[in-house]
Amino acid sequence: MFSLEHITNEVQNWLSSNFSSGWVLVWECLIVIVLTTGLFAVLGLVLVLMERKVAAQIQIRLGPNRVGPRGMLQTVADTLKLVMKEGLTPDLADKFLFNLAPFLVMMVAMLLLAPIAFARGFQLWDINIGVLYISAVSSLSVIGILMAGWASNNKYSLLGAMRSGAQIVSYELSAGMAVLSIVVLSGSLQITEIIQSQQNGWWLFKGHIPAVIAFVVFIIAVTAETNRAPFDLAEAESELTAGFHTEYSGMKFALFFLAEYINIFIVCAIGATLFLGGWMPLHIGSWGGFNHLMDYIPSSIWFLGKTFLLIFLIMWFRWTFPRLRVDQLLALEWKYLLPISMLNLLLVTLIAILGWHF
Amino acid sequence: MGAVSLIVLVIAAVVFSAGGILAGRLFVKGSTNPQKGQPYECGIPTASSPWQQFHVGYYLFALLFLVFDVELVFLYPWAVVVKEIGIIALVEILFFIFILFIGFLYAHKQGALKWI
Repeated sequence: MFSLEHITNEVQNWLSSNFSSGWVLVWECLIVIVLTTGLFAVLGLVLVLMERKVAAQIQIRLGPNRVGPRGMLQTVADTLKLVMKEGLTPDLADKFLFNLAPFLVMMVAMLLLAPIAFARGFQLWDINIGVLYISAVSSLSVIGILMAGWASNNKYSLLGAMRSGAQIVSYELSAGMAVLSIVVLSGSLQITEIIQSQQNGWWLFKGHIPAVIAFVVFIIAVTAETNRAPFDLAEAESELTAGFHTEYSGMKFALFFLAEYINIFIVCAIGATLFLGGWMPLHIGSWGGFNHLMDYIPSSIWFLGKTFLLIFLIMWFRWTFPRLRVDQLLALEWKYLLPISMLNLLLVTLIAILGWHF
Repeated sequence: MGAVSLIVLVIAAVVFSAGGILAGRLFVKGSTNPQKGQPYECGIPTASSPWQQFHVGYYLFALLFLVFDVELVFLYPWAVVVKEIGIIALVEILFFIFILFIGFLYAHKQGALKWI
């Protein structure tokens, strides 16, 4: 049967039978580089197109429909246009930091791919502190953003970067609490073990109401962490032009834009892994036939389906809620979400200890 | 793949970004213009340097974040073992969070959460 685990094993066997162990590692590294850069490029193209199509559907219009069949090649054309543009560096900018920032943002986005399980047995590194690794590395992205805003020598950039910094660090707390509640329930930080613990049901359903509260808090927090509307103060077009990447143009701008969409994908993938069971198929109690039917759908399809469902949810938010003011934004986090998620964590702990979850 | 994957991913990110930027360089015919390097400010000449004072609120929230982020790091090892230890761990963390909550209330009382 077709599965990514099978293919990777085949490739591994073929390599190790034809090359010595050192060369196998080199070939594997090359394959990983090609696959991850390919994934980034494809995800960028798909997510930007999806954003525009979802926006169009919600506003009852057609969206991009000229380039290619049903506008499918629109983002390819946009990328080509961006490649043709000159990447400017302002005269007064801090040139080293200005040029370093897009690399840093991309590096963080790329590093976050390591512990994500894309399918059964298809994972780069099954690190035993996976969840901690994710929250540690994802908080590095704020450094790239602050660097870009500060080095640009532009008032809009600096203000956007400051807002973005305050917002990202604030919402990281409640996102961390929501993630912790799943760690309490499953008793492990390892991604594969968290997925295995959801074999008989996803945590969203098994963990009663506290898990649902944690999920809602998580979705709100990651929407803010990725600077998406209604929390897109950092790049509020009507006040700050484009926020921290006002001065960037050409491919450097494209890298920031791409990293933003990749981050949406990654946080949704993490949400899908923790709350919706990652690549685990939907199983309902003792419905043998139903469970068996669900097992026929490949695990990668399950994972991508759940991830894109969450991405769709976040895109839906953008066209539903108006943008918050900066004081409202911080009040929402510090006065509501943080106390709620703290209490919720205690509630989850109580449920986990008493064994009330299924 | 193990820990090597981190190095590989960093290399992949650098290759991807550098490749993109270099590809952009290939096609561009740069032009020179005295105003090209000016900071963007809606078309008017720049008034002053942006590297000046900014709102103190950002600093206060960063400080508050530091307190709670350290708390969160302490909670990670606790969260892994809490199921095995049982109700004692819950009571202990209740004290921990209570003390932090008092600190949070103090910050609130002092007006650290107010955006002026």
